[in-house]
Order: sequence, then C-alpha cells, then structure tokens
Amino acid sequence: MNKVMSNKLIITLYVLPALLLIMVLIYVPIVLTGYYGLMRWDGVGEMTFIGLDNYIRLLSDNQFWRSSFHSLLLAIFSTISLIGYLIISLILATKIKGANFLRKIYLIPMLLSSVAIAQLWLKIYHPTNGLLNSLLFTIGFNNAPAWLADRSLVLFSIFIAIIWQYAGFYILIYYAALKNIPESIIEAAKIDGATPIQIAYKIKFPLILGVFKVTIILAIVGSLKYFDLIWIMTGGGPAGASEVIASYMYKQAFSSYNFGYGSAVGFYLLLFCLIATWLIRKLTTSKEEIQY
Amino acid sequence: MIKKLFSLILVLTLVGLGGCGPADDPDATDPTPGTDGEVVDESTISFTHLWPAGSSAQHNRIVESIISEYEEANPGVTIDVDVLSNDQYKETMTILASSRQLPDVGLTWAAGYMTPFVNGNMFASLDDVIEDGLGEEFIPGTVEAFSVNETAYGLPLELNIAPIYYNKNIFAEYDLEVPETYDEFLNVVQTLEENGVTPITVGNREPWTGSMWYMYLADRIGGPELLTNAIERTDTFEDEALVQAAEEIQNLVDMNAFVRGFNGLGNEEAKGPFMNEQAAMYMMGTWELPNYTTNEDVPQEFRDSIGFFKFPMVEGGAGDIDSFVGGPGVGLFVSEDSPVQEQAKDFVQFFVERWGETSVTDAGVIPATVVNTDEVDLPDMYIDILDELAGASNITLYADVQMTASVAQTHLDLIQSLFGKHITPEEFAKRHEEALAAEE
Repeated sequence: MNKVMSNKLIITLYVLPALLLIMVLIYVPIVLTGYYGLMRWDGVGEMTFIGLDNYIRLLSDNQFWRSSFHSLLLAIFSTISLIGYLIISLILATKIKGANFLRKIYLIPMLLSSVAIAQLWLKIYHPTNGLLNSLLFTIGFNNAPAWLADRSLVLFSIFIAIIWQYAGFYILIYYAALKNIPESIIEAAKIDGATPIQIAYKIKFPLILGVFKVTIILAIVGSLKYFDLIWIMTGGGPAGASEVIASYMYKQAFSSYNFGYGSAVGFYLLLFCLIATWLIRKLTTSKEEIQY
Repeated sequence: MIKKLFSLILVLTLVGLGGCGPADDPDATDPTPGTDGEVVDESTISFTHLWPAGSSAQHNRIVESIISEYEEANPGVTIDVDVLSNDQYKETMTILASSRQLPDVGLTWAAGYMTPFVNGNMFASLDDVIEDGLGEEFIPGTVEAFSVNETAYGLPLELNIAPIYYNKNIFAEYDLEVPETYDEFLNVVQTLEENGVTPITVGNREPWTGSMWYMYLADRIGGPELLTNAIERTDTFEDEALVQAAEEIQNLVDMNAFVRGFNGLGNEEAKGPFMNEQAAMYMMGTWELPNYTTNEDVPQEFRDSIGFFKFPMVEGGAGDIDSFVGGPGVGLFVSEDSPVQEQAKDFVQFFVERWGETSVTDAGVIPATVVNTDEVDLPDMYIDILDELAGASNITLYADVQMTASVAQTHLDLIQSLFGKHITPEEFAKRHEEALAAEE
C-alpha cells in the first residue's frame, strides 16, 4: 500500500477525475460568471462587451444593497440561533429522559425538502386560515397580522422558518461533538463539585469550540447565499421586502433577462462569501486547541 | 456544443441547483443537418411543447391527436415531440437559444418575451403562412401581439380575457345586483365588507393578478389606448388618468375590498376563498372557465352559482364597458435555423387549424381563431364569453407582457407596493415613467 501511494503517477491517476470534475463544474463557471458580468447580454442574443459597467452600476443599485442587508441580517440571525441549537444539544447530551426521542423530533425537518417546508410554513402563516392566526383568533387577538404580506414582518417570519429548517442539522453536529467528550473528564469535574452549568460552560463548550467555529462559517456563508424558502414563500416580495442577494440575482438573470447584470450580482455574492469566511477565520483563530 | 455546455454550466452556477436535463436532444434527432433547403421525403420535425400528460392531460391529448393526424396525412414526416413542464420551459428555451439549438417548432409567448428571439434572428417569419388563407381565421389583434415590425413570428393558439367572476348566492343573500357603474361596484364592495364577506380575492404575491385590476381602472378612466401609449412612450405614464387609477386601487385597499394579506398570497391560494364561497368576486383570465363549467372535481352546486360580469364603467371616464384586459397565451414559432423549415411551416398551419376546431370543446381552451358558436356544443358560460369576445371593442394586452422583461419586473414590484400602500399614486406613475425612459 505504501509503495503504491508513493508513486506520483498513481497519485495523479487517483486525484485527476475528481479534480477535473471540480474544475469543470465549479472553477470554470466561476471564471465564466465573472466574464459574463462584463457583458450586456439578455441570455438569448449577442453579447456586447461593456467592461466593468455592470459592476459599477451595482455599487449604486439600492435594491442590491437592500438585498445584501437582508442577507446580512439572516447571517446574524442564524449565527445567534447557533447558541440556541447549542443549548438544546447540551441538554440532549445529558442523560435526560426521552433525549433519544427529542433528538429525532429535532431531526425531522432536516429530512424534508425545502419546497415541502415552504408549503408547510405558508400554511402556518396563512392570514385567515393559517395555524398561527387561527390560534391568535381563538385567544381573542383579532388584529393578527398577515405575516407574509406585511413588509416589516415578512423577513422575520421567513427567518423563523429557516431557523427551524436548520435546527436538526446543527443539533446533530453539536450532539455528535458532545458525545465525543470523554466521560472521565465530566466525572472528575463532578467529583470536584462543578455544577452542570459550570461543566457546560467551562468544560464542554471549550472542548467543542473547533466544531462551533466551523458551524459559524457554515451558518454565515449558508445565509449569504440563501435562496430556497424565500423564493418559494414570497419570491422576494412584497415589493422587495424579503429580497436577498441570491433571489435578486435570479430575478435579474431569469425574469428580467439581464444575464450580464445577474452574473455580476453572482460574482459579488462569491466575493462576499469569501470575505466573510476570511473574516471569521481571522477573528476566531486562537493560539492553540484547548485540551484537558 | 461547447457553448451549449457553458450555458448549462452558467445556469447551474447561477441557480445552484440541477434540473436542466432535457436540454440536449435536438441535434441527436436532426436527420439532415447541412443539406440545402430541399424538402426530402423522410423528414423529422422536432417539436417542444409545455403540456405534460400529467398536469395538462387534455391539452396533451389534443396535441398527440393532431400530430398523429398530420403524420398520417404526410407519410415520411415524423414529428419528434419533447415535453417540458411550464416552469422548465422558459429557462430551457433561453439556454437552447443561446446556442442556436431551438427545436424546429415550439411555443412562445407574445410581445416582450419573444422580442429578444426575433432580434437574435431565431424565429422564422410566418407572414407567408398567414397570407396563405390562415389570416382571416384569427381574431383581430391576436397575430399583432406576435408581430415585430409588422412581421408575424408566431401563430397564436389561445386567447383569454379577464372578466370578474362572482358568486350569485352571495350576491343574492345581500340583495346585490351585478354592478354596471363603478359607484354601484363600490357599493357592492361596501355591503359585502360590512357583512363580513371578503368582497374580492386576489393573490398579489404574483402581482400580475393585481396588475389586471389596475389595468381595468386605467382603461375605464383613461380610455383603451392610454396605458398602451404610455408603455410605448407616445404618451406619459404620469397622465392624470393613470394616477387616478392608482388612487382608486388604494381607495379599494382602504375599503378592505381585497382579501386579508393579499400581498402574501399566491394566485392559487387566493383562489381558495372564492372556491370555498368565502369571497364574492375574483378576477381572472378565461382559462379558469373549466372550474366553473366542466370540471367534475368541483361540486356541481358551486359551478352553477358562478357567473361573470364585465368591469363596470367609471362615470366621466373615457373607457367603454366592452373593452377587455387579456391577450393571447402561447403561440407557435418556427425556428429560423430549422433544416426542415418549409415542412415545419406546413405543420404549424395544420396545427393551428385543427387546434381551433378541437381545443374549445375538448380542453376548454378559447382558441385565437374564430369559433362558430352555433356549431359547437358548449356550456352557456363559454358561449357568453365567446359572444363577449366577438363584441369586444378592444383587448389590451397584459401590461407585463407588453413591457420588456426588465420594465415588467419593475411594474410588478410597483403594483405590489401600490396595493401595499408603500408608495403614493404619484410615485407609482413617476417610477414607471423612469423605468420606461431608461429603456429607450
């Protein structure tokens, strides 16, 4: 085995297929998207080279910045909700009754497709017959808002659905990480008289810090390029109140037939994600891994 | 091929999802690429349409039967059919067009949608087919919607107008008459509202539905030409009548005329309260007619209780009650690059003729060709609508279809803002004017 792995030719042979696929399906399109952004192109006819016009125009495009702000809000919200997921996992990882059952409940949303989740929440938020408003009506709250039609509420209504959608995923990650902590450390802490909160805060959390950092990156980058629920539930409406970068890009490219402009939006999105990843890495690097 | 692959990849990156599978078949079946225009006995016409057997069973059956008839009448000609769902269709066409791989015959929407294809020289002129006797069969105005610079590039298949459907039982319960003037209409709205019945349901999350309400008010107040002229820039969108129409929309919103949370409801969701007899009125294209006539899935009592009326007159307005908002749905195009163009043109001509004869009786589709109401056996509501069509003084094409794609997007966003009262009527008009001016 060692002999095979030291043969350069063999290594190339094994790596090449995946590398080629990644190049063709990911890196080439990224370069192409940047290139299309330099064009005026309706997606059908001839392309006209217009230099950096699209990119410059985007800088003063209010709707684009508004969408970016919404994406940023989503990123902040999902990062904050990570703390909630963590707390739930901490509780589930202690041997409380029914932890197994509860864990499965939290996991179910992960098994549903985005479209199904969107349909489900559309039903919950329905202004007259929806689950939420029916409940509010029965307890005598007659002025219940139309959650998805009110432009000051719509974004947060969808955020809640998104946070629900991803709960299972993050809880699963944290749960697995917490289960990896050696039992002996916890035992020792207990003997020394540590309270459960102290154990969670001073021992468990530091030990899964590495995992936590990774989930921050996942949550922020995932939020910046988020598309599905928003597209299905509101299409970015009413009047752009729930527009995010990805839905704006889609609208420009496929509804308004500004492929060039849409590509430019896509390229900025890539840039934002790269910057965000770099920033988080920079801010969260600590000197060394904590070990006990 | 490389270019096509790139376009595909572009879509994959932009959307981040797959789902573009069916894009790669036409060149596999073209039998005679590169031969000169001569029509050979053995020819294959590729034809892509958007009526899958599952979701549009009746349409699909008609298409199948027309094709088999044609193949029988023309031995040696094979029609190679590809079916896409409605949602996939537009995107796939865009991708195929960017690599000049359009099918020989396919479907297109009118005006704004087809303009880039025509400008890109991808559709063949169909003037010869129309001059070949087919012309007189079309209802006036329908071919024009598929024409660019007086040349026809598409043959319309459907024609729809948008009346207001109403629930006769609800109207009877509150002693309401079908309104003929706008004041009577407001009175109906108010009575219903006071009695806790939703007067009108509209799914403005898809703002083309709200746009029709605005278009009718613009038509009744400013006359049939005004909106079209404003879009074509021979008149201004800041015309007093167009601003007043916007004011009337907000006035209706203030009266609680529209269903709760209309800006968050899709058209299908908005249809619910009307079908459940919770809302009294619903404006929609005549493609809804089967739900009120022949569709067995809808209870008979409900179907019997639905009628329609024309959008009422506004006192002192320049409009006319026989003017409608509507337009042709899809039409057939023939690809300019098709190696079997002559045969394809022959096929579309045959298709349109047969479609006109069978579509209304078999699928409830109102064709863009004249239907002889004496000869066909149809539910009363169809006969009434067809008569209204025959007597129509004007049909204004849906605003978002008239406009180019990016102005249409602005228009739809503004409609949502107008209904949601996020902007004033003056701003609404001004921002339309700006968007239209920017296109010039």
